[in-house]
Amino acid sequence: MTQKIAIAQCAPGLGAFTRNVRMHLDWIAKARTAGASLVVFPELSLTGYYVKDLAGELACPSDGERLRPIADASRDVDVCAGFVERGPDARLHIAQGYWSKGRLVHVHRKVYLPTYGIFDDGRYFGPGERFDIFPSQVGPAGIAICEDLWHVSVPYVYGATGATVVFSPSASPGRGVAEGGDLGTAESCRLMDRFYAQYLTLYVVFANRVGHEDGIAFWGGSEVVAPDGTVVARAPDFAEHLLVAEVDRELVARERDRNPLIRDERADLVVAHLARARGLD
Amino acid sequence: MTVARERIGAIRPDPSDPSPLRIDEALVRRMLVAFLREETRKSGHRRVVLGLSGGVDSAAVAALAAEAMGPRNVTALFMPYRTSSAESAMHARLIAKTFGLSLEEVDISAQVDAYFARAGDVDRVRRGNKMARERKSIEYDRSWPDGLVLGTSNKTELLLGYGTRYGDMACDLNPVGDLYKTQLRELAVLLGVPEVVVRKPPTADLWVGQTDERELGFTYAQADLVLYHLVDRRLRPADLVAAGFDATLVNGIRERVRKSHFKRVMPLIAKLSLRTVGHDFLYPRDWEAD
Repeated sequence: MTQKIAIAQCAPGLGAFTRNVRMHLDWIAKARTAGASLVVFPELSLTGYYVKDLAGELACPSDGERLRPIADASRDVDVCAGFVERGPDARLHIAQGYWSKGRLVHVHRKVYLPTYGIFDDGRYFGPGERFDIFPSQVGPAGIAICEDLWHVSVPYVYGATGATVVFSPSASPGRGVAEGGDLGTAESCRLMDRFYAQYLTLYVVFANRVGHEDGIAFWGGSEVVAPDGTVVARAPDFAEHLLVAEVDRELVARERDRNPLIRDERADLVVAHLARARGLD
Repeated sequence: MTVARERIGAIRPDPSDPSPLRIDEALVRRMLVAFLREETRKSGHRRVVLGLSGGVDSAAVAALAAEAMGPRNVTALFMPYRTSSAESAMHARLIAKTFGLSLEEVDISAQVDAYFARAGDVDRVRRGNKMARERKSIEYDRSWPDGLVLGTSNKTELLLGYGTRYGDMACDLNPVGDLYKTQLRELAVLLGVPEVVVRKPPTADLWVGQTDERELGFTYAQADLVLYHLVDRRLRPADLVAAGFDATLVNGIRERVRKSHFKRVMPLIAKLSLRTVGHDFLYPRDWEAD
């Protein structure tokens, strides 16, 4: 039972919400034409990444009118897209929504807000606090927005609580041009995608953006990695691309029969140990 | 993505090992061409302007600009002063020809001399700074109405503060400011900058016989390796000295970086109100850019 999913490796305009909505509708139409049942967009795909002081004016509630065109476009193809969420308590979050059949199914708020080096998320946004799994077109899924995936605990928690796919919408800036390897960030991301997929025996869907913001280049290289560690499909670096990949839900079962790491995982011991070590028991 | 050889072996500070400075030139070229093309378009411009000095840095920027924008959208200027070397002129013409650029020559002697005729006796540094600023004012003049001015200061110069504020350091876009001098030379080779330009001793050519390395008191190869470990790898000067780097060199470079930091930041604005330009009015430059 295979299904086609698509990644829209696009270059959102910075702060150009209306234009980005139109761009989303174009990519969603292309994904539908390509036979995909789901299209995944990068982090903050509706607003751009380095929004800085624009965050407040770009924000909207997850069920707000501003996102209505995205919800409407999800009637016959599921859509996973990024926006700035204004929470009920007025806090701002980097959020990724999942829409299906015209309605919002799930919102993940970025938990790990990088605030170091070239990143300043923590200045403008509040952190999410949950790692919930939701039913996606390709099985129970969790969302890890960019830096979330760099924290080993996030894909671990998803894998240990029932996910068979992790979506990782990203806005990863390309850096590290030393001879003797890939682009530094590309090398790190590919290592993570493959490691998590193979050792948690689940699909990793890495949707990274391209284009420039204030001199910083996002490198693309979106990919889908299967539970056996194979790269099912990979988009080119630095160029816009609609990546279409076949996802085989039965491969998860076959791989977990062969290699029952998740079945045998003792999450209870991890919880008990961490609770003891942190003085919480 | 080019597949380069994998590096095996830890990166350590070692004065005899320049290998950590090596870059994947093909990848860098691709990133910089895309940077120039996209950031020029986003600011609503279609043309770029740069000064060709005859040296390797501006030659590399010219090559990148020609590739990114097409030679017809690159305004290349050679702006000699009467003491500029004949070699600089020859090399500027060679570079322009190599990358298909038409070179405009604007002699700045008359305007510089007219100014200093009333200023009396001034030292060569003041004269040099004035020349650098005259050149930049011409680049900005020639950028009107649809061009952006490209910077050619490399990472070594920026970190050492080896440049003139609002002179050679001024620009709208700088594609090479994150490449050390020795890295930029490697890139220049890949870009096809003529060997005679790549190999000659670097000079600002602000007075007769000037060379960068004589004026700085150390070589770019030495400075780049020290800066790489201090800046990119975040080691402390004492770590480098312990690893065998010359203490005078390391401490001297560290002091140059510290003392010149004012040149690398925007002018300070006195904070008074609730929201102030440069402090807490923080918008991206590419705000809603197409």
